[in-house]
Amino acid sequence: MPDGLMLSAWLIALLQALLYVALAPLLIGWVRKVKARLQNRRGAPLLQPYADLRKLLIKETRVPHTASPLFRMAPYIVFVATWLAAATVPLVALDLPIARIADIIVLVGLLALARFFLALAGMDVGTAFGGMGASREMLISSLAEPAMLMAVFTLAMTAHSTSLESVMSHHLADGFVLRPSYLFALGALLLVALAECGRIPVDNPATHLELTMIHEAMLLEYSGRHLALMEWAAQVKLLLYGVLIANVFFPWGVGREFTPLALGLGLLAVLAKLALLGAALAIAEHVVAKMRLFRAPAFLNLALLLALLGLLSHVILEIGA
Amino acid sequence: MDMNPVLPLAGLAVALALTSSAVSLFASREPRALRRFAMPLVGLAGLAALAAGLWALIADGSATATLPLGLPWQPWRVRVDALSGLFLMIIGLVTVAVGIYGRSYVRSYERGRDSLTALGGFTGLFLTGMLLVTLADDAFLFMVAWEVMSLSSYFLVAFQHEHAANRRAAFLYLLMAHVGGLTILLGFGVLAAFGHGFEFTAMRDAVLSPGWASVAFGLVFVGFGMKAGLMPLHAWLPEAHPVAPSYISALMSGVMLKMAVYGFIRVVFDLIGDIQWQWGVIALLVGSVSALMGVLFALMQTDLKRLLAYSSVENLGIIFIALGLSLVFLGTGHSLLGSLALLAALYHSINHALFKGLLFLGAGTILHGTHERDLEQMGGLLRRMPWTGAFFLIGCLSISALPPFNGFVSEWLIFQSALQAWQLDSGVLRSIIPIASAVLALTGALVAATFVKVYGIAFLGQARSRHVRHARQGAVGMRVGMGLLAGLCVLFGVLPTQVIALIEPVSVQLLGGGLPESGAQGWLWLTPISSDTASYSAPLTILLLALIAGVAFWWFARGVPRRIRRSDPWDCGFAPPSPRMQYTAASFAQPIRRVFGLLFEIDESRPEFDDPAPRYRLKLTDRAWGLFYIPVARAVESASRRVVRLQSGNVRVYLGWTLGTLLVLLWIIS
Repeated sequence: MPDGLMLSAWLIALLQALLYVALAPLLIGWVRKVKARLQNRRGAPLLQPYADLRKLLIKETRVPHTASPLFRMAPYIVFVATWLAAATVPLVALDLPIARIADIIVLVGLLALARFFLALAGMDVGTAFGGMGASREMLISSLAEPAMLMAVFTLAMTAHSTSLESVMSHHLADGFVLRPSYLFALGALLLVALAECGRIPVDNPATHLELTMIHEAMLLEYSGRHLALMEWAAQVKLLLYGVLIANVFFPWGVGREFTPLALGLGLLAVLAKLALLGAALAIAEHVVAKMRLFRAPAFLNLALLLALLGLLSHVILEIGA
Repeated sequence: MDMNPVLPLAGLAVALALTSSAVSLFASREPRALRRFAMPLVGLAGLAALAAGLWALIADGSATATLPLGLPWQPWRVRVDALSGLFLMIIGLVTVAVGIYGRSYVRSYERGRDSLTALGGFTGLFLTGMLLVTLADDAFLFMVAWEVMSLSSYFLVAFQHEHAANRRAAFLYLLMAHVGGLTILLGFGVLAAFGHGFEFTAMRDAVLSPGWASVAFGLVFVGFGMKAGLMPLHAWLPEAHPVAPSYISALMSGVMLKMAVYGFIRVVFDLIGDIQWQWGVIALLVGSVSALMGVLFALMQTDLKRLLAYSSVENLGIIFIALGLSLVFLGTGHSLLGSLALLAALYHSINHALFKGLLFLGAGTILHGTHERDLEQMGGLLRRMPWTGAFFLIGCLSISALPPFNGFVSEWLIFQSALQAWQLDSGVLRSIIPIASAVLALTGALVAATFVKVYGIAFLGQARSRHVRHARQGAVGMRVGMGLLAGLCVLFGVLPTQVIALIEPVSVQLLGGGLPESGAQGWLWLTPISSDTASYSAPLTILLLALIAGVAFWWFARGVPRRIRRSDPWDCGFAPPSPRMQYTAASFAQPIRRVFGLLFEIDESRPEFDDPAPRYRLKLTDRAWGLFYIPVARAVESASRRVVRLQSGNVRVYLGWTLGTLLVLLWIIS
């Protein structure tokens, strides 16, 4: 790649990374809005999450007496690791150099790094709720992470590459082929996304002060800018999973060259896909009830089973066919 | 060859280790000898081993020599090549840290009743045994070194023998080590019969029929697998490793288990040579079961050192998954992928030595400062021992395979080689390997849960007992020893391309090829197969993480009210939390214990509602005891009861047996 093009590619990668943090609150606002309309409420404005973040950022930050330095470091690590993971998922354009820094496995690893510190932060203060949240989060993630890896391995084996860029290019070049393995992987990834982002039926994002909470239980002691970072990281994670599902399984529309037109089209396409996905999420959360904690493993085992079926149907049915 | 300093350096390492052992003989009269001379000599021996190993890896070729020792017709031969160089390096890295750490640690034994002579003497012999295992070039010296290693570590396990549990653990260890040693010996016997000699050169040239090759493989797999603690032969490991002094546990888990990996690679990849893919499937299955069960048991433990020992079972399982992949690929003619998986296994061996060494030293520092191994009594140690806490965190992150630390790189490489399963022709193999990688993924996630539990319970929260509240910071030497290993964990995680280039000669030597593409895009990019297939840039990952974190910190901490106010924890407005209201290690693991309940034998009793003195009791037993060990022990017992009938006390009957045996033997020979 010539130097000029390389530079613009890095610039676009940077812009795309900034776009992730900029768009993340919008997606959550959209999901809440659709949900409110489904419940015949008017709901908060679409841009309310931005206002919330701004409010938290300017508020005073409190830290419990019992907290260690890790408590204050954790929000930054969680935010940064989630963001870096997101930045490697193609949002509007392909062939970006940042994709070579981290492939799918590194992406899963970075999310695991964020989760590790999130759980530690929950245990740091030494309250009952923090430990409860951390323990449950690790249960959910230890079942969801393998399902996630198996689902992306199905894609990686098809494209013979673990780079998301190659997977998407392969899919685009292939045209529209309905592969059974892709359907299984898509199903698995949808279930994993629900669990990992703490959505109904695994966790309830709207709850606070409830014995069943997972994600919120770990954040109970956070306030001010620390809480803002944690919330923002969770929103970026939701966007990341949304883009992963939207762009990897339905890559059409993503920009293949670095012209304003292609990039603009790519952005429009991904926004449209995300709007659909967000609405689907709101509907799903509207019609499904939250499960008991010990039903969640069955839910996640279904995800693992789907992912494994996808992988097996790929290696048995599709190779050589 | 005269210019090659590898053998003199390795010899120096052995000599220093033996000197350390000899110096310790004076420790009963002068306890300070251990701290002043024996432990520094151990460290120096490690340094010499490290230098020899690095030289062997960097310089090509191998160096051999015949020692004036051994039997008249069977002199001992030694040889250093790339493979033994790599394992010398592993011994060296951990031993240097242990030498520095141990100097401070043995101080606590100086006023105790335990025999310092035994501690120092057997530490030196233990190190000598491990060094000679990597150097041996004939089966005779190998077995002698192997037994020296096993026996001296037995005495170290039995060091604090006044506790009955320690004696029991040591005996179990001795028994298993000998059964394992016996099968290794039989394996060598098969190779020697076909090679007409006990030298490794003769065995390498031997032509084995596929059947006999499989017999030899089976024998050495059982023998080395037993030493490596693979399921279901693992039960001795979580008993024996924790009861030794902590820096010995670090050497046993970090280094001695690697000797089993070394032996397996030496015999199967080097000596037997003609690899059959079925062996790979066996290694893959045993490795997968060990990895998953190992981590599940680790997660359930509340004794920190036992937990770490179970985690070693898991890590050795991961190494054998990679070795199994390598065997499958080599057996089906994919030599590039075979190299990739072999290098992944070797990389994970180095990593496990580093982080497990670090974690055991950390556990030793906690034990030293609080006299506590039980997680349920710990809490809030990060504030009492900040350095240990920081280093231990690096160990936890590395073992949990999180980027950008070292454990992640080796697991990433294993996944990369597993993902190449589509190249195989057999549909069965193509389906087994993804399932094994699913097990590996599940294992990785459970490891993260385990070490969140360890770190969260031990170092975060509030102290759960008085002596932990007043924990003492470790001495400087202990901190330096841990810091060294922690730094290496980061280094081996951030510079994977260089590490691959360093260990690649092993694959070139054994398989005739390395990974030509791995550093082709420059040192920043790790591209094991090709840059289109997969690439990972650890240096850029850590750079970006640090950069964005710095910017974010500057941005968010600017302008807005910067002062942070301290207040009481909120905890949903409940009563002010006391340390007893925290989650415990057992309660942290409870959800996972419930999900995987079928795999454990759980004996749990909950108090009744109206119990005036409620107590909760939980006992978790390894099912391997009931399914494997007790039946074997019963069978041995009943067999010996039958054999006892021969012992009638009548001389004529004994003579009759002797005559009969002679006749049978003559019949066999003729």
